[in-house]
Amino acid sequence: MTTSKRGFMESAWDFFCSLKLSISLLIGLAATSIIGTVIPQSPPREYLESISAAKIKLYSALGFFDMYHSWWFILLLYLLTINLVACSVKRLPRIWKFISEPTLIFDDGLEKTLSLTHQFKMEGDAATLKEKMAAFLKGEFAEPVVTEVDGEYHLFAQKAPYSRLGVYVVHLSIIVIFIGALIGSFFGYKAYVQIAEGTSTSLVYKQGEERPFDLGFAVRCEKFSVSFYDTGSPKEFKSILTVLENGQPVSGYENIPIVVNSPLTYKGITFYQSSYGPAGDGAVYYFTAQNSKGGAPVQVAARKEERIPLPGGAFMRVLESTQDVRPFMPMFSGPAVRIEYLPASGEPQLVVLLRDYPDFDRQRGGELIFTYAGADEKFYTGLQVAKDPGVWVVWAGCSLMVLGIFIAFFLSHKRLWFRIANGRVTVGGTASKNQPAFQLFFDGLTEKLKKM
Amino acid sequence: MTSSMLFNVTTLTYMVSMLLFFAFLASRNRTVGLAASSAAYFGFIVQTVAIALRWKESYDIGHGHAPLSNLYESVVFFSWTIILIYGLIEFKYKYRVIGAFVVPFALLGMAWAQLGLSSGIEPLVPALQSNWLLYHVITCFLGYAAFAVACGISIMYLVKEKQEGATGDAQAGGIIAQFPSIKVLDDLNYKAIMIGFPLLTIGIITGAAWANYAWGTYWSWDPKETWSLIVWFIYAAFLHARITRGWVGRRAAILSIVGFAATIFCYLGVNLFLSGLHSYGK
Ligand code: HEM
Repeated sequence: MTTSKRGFMESAWDFFCSLKLSISLLIGLAATSIIGTVIPQSPPREYLESISAAKIKLYSALGFFDMYHSWWFILLLYLLTINLVACSVKRLPRIWKFISEPTLIFDDGLEKTLSLTHQFKMEGDAATLKEKMAAFLKGEFAEPVVTEVDGEYHLFAQKAPYSRLGVYVVHLSIIVIFIGALIGSFFGYKAYVQIAEGTSTSLVYKQGEERPFDLGFAVRCEKFSVSFYDTGSPKEFKSILTVLENGQPVSGYENIPIVVNSPLTYKGITFYQSSYGPAGDGAVYYFTAQNSKGGAPVQVAARKEERIPLPGGAFMRVLESTQDVRPFMPMFSGPAVRIEYLPASGEPQLVVLLRDYPDFDRQRGGELIFTYAGADEKFYTGLQVAKDPGVWVVWAGCSLMVLGIFIAFFLSHKRLWFRIANGRVTVGGTASKNQPAFQLFFDGLTEKLKKM
Repeated sequence: MTSSMLFNVTTLTYMVSMLLFFAFLASRNRTVGLAASSAAYFGFIVQTVAIALRWKESYDIGHGHAPLSNLYESVVFFSWTIILIYGLIEFKYKYRVIGAFVVPFALLGMAWAQLGLSSGIEPLVPALQSNWLLYHVITCFLGYAAFAVACGISIMYLVKEKQEGATGDAQAGGIIAQFPSIKVLDDLNYKAIMIGFPLLTIGIITGAAWANYAWGTYWSWDPKETWSLIVWFIYAAFLHARITRGWVGRRAAILSIVGFAATIFCYLGVNLFLSGLHSYGK
């Protein structure tokens, strides 16, 4: 009974230590990750309506609509972690021993395993040769450890033994990144808030939650603006924000401009520019209307959809407005409105007015000539609110990973052995990476030895 | 002189270089080989000047940004990085012949950009107005380019291996005999990926850093992000495959080709077939 239990534990251990498992997991993760890029995650209603009920049932059962958080995907990640830890636990002590207790004796067995070896005849007794070779190694490579066995001298020198640990740094970094991600998912949140110009709020809406969450301080949107390129494509979305504690502006956090790619962070909570829109229908539009036969212009102030009486029994109504007319009328720029003009007699007319072209409406040849003086339109700014205390752990992990990869790939553990016996010097060497470059070095070394 | 003229010269030069490489394979003439890689380097210099000129032109018309902001510019840059990585590997390991399998990728990129893509210089949309764009795009593309080179080498590996298997003799066969031995090709494949993998890793990390900076989330499983991770998984599998018995050689070469196919999908396919935050290639 005990033996079979032991056998099971042992085979489980071997299973988790195997590199075949790592390769399978890595390829498995790559293959399954594709699913979530093809099936929309948290799909919109239109998508759900476009596929069959059976498919929806199947996909939800398999967690395909939130695949990267489904139990089986998380399981794969846990298996990867266990695999990683098990492999390291198994190999690290061996590697550590390899570094801390290097093979000092250059015997025949070792010699046979090395592809780079060379033998010389040299004058002088063993002790003098030993001194000479030790000085040579120290000058050309690294300080050797000298061991004497039965009148033979063995010299061992190495460079960058710790480069062997590079891969473990990489593997550790993956675990650090996972820890950072877990911290973020337990202690952080993502939320959204809309703040109208001139107002403030301390309440934000967390993802997937109905009730608002109180930040403990308030943010006021002083102003929002959007600017455009000549082509009509957006150039910049900008909000000016002030942080308020107990209703008072916090010094250093007043009138801070934030744009896409330049957020505001206060008390570990970051506010990102994400969207904007008109704040309610509070905007007031200003016009003048003048009779084409002359006379003093009449000032008109109107809200959207409001029916405004004009002199002579006519009416007007603001239908829509834009900050920039270029996408609709490429020859013009600047703010514009579309109004409905109802003359005292006759058909209603749709009239476009451009703020920056005051004479534009003259061409219409109507009885009343309008100009548009602009609006004090209020916007809301849409802010993404995020708190992620794990993010620094993730960056630490990423840095560790880059460092580890460079050590693992580009540093080489180089070792040289010298044996001095019977008036002969035998040299052997090996490197963990870039063997051809090491061979050049080794050949150069033996050339120098020949000339000694 | 305009950048677009110079890009045309670049395309032609890469074409000449590719033909010379094919002639080199057929003739085994060293001079032809030298001419082939010289043509590639000449094209590279012209292309470098053209990219710099386009950068300047974008300032002249008032948009002022690095030429990395739309599909045309990225394809041109990709082709430039492919020749750069090829040059590094040729310079370091002295196997000129891999150019025959690498220069065509660069030519394909340039030809597509010049013939099929709109080359206008457009202003940057707000989401791309960040220095992170530079770090992110440059590291990713250098990584992709190293994978392109590895893919070319892996194709050579499979061709060579098949031929050696068929004749049972490494010396036989005119053109293919020019190839380095399969052992060397296997090693070069690994070396190219050893250049590409750290670059892709840094590319993914800078992308995550940028996303965190701009949107407050370093990872959101957007299709482009996910595909870059898929590519990363495949090459990580490759690295482990190499240290496992039975996975060196043929299987590693296939993994490298699959990896590059995934890379190309990550670069182009995601934008063409899937939707997400990276409107970049549209
Ligand atoms: C399932 C999880 C993993 C396991 C069990 C695992 C295990 C191993 C082992 C045993 C080695 C060989 C170490 C040696 O030579 O002594 C290795 C090498 C390496 N691993 Fe992993 N690994 C895993 C995941 C990863 C991942 C996700 C990466 C991503 C960066 C990675 C990067 C590396 C690198 C760069 C090397 C060095 C390869 C080389 O020198 O060619 N590993 N891994």
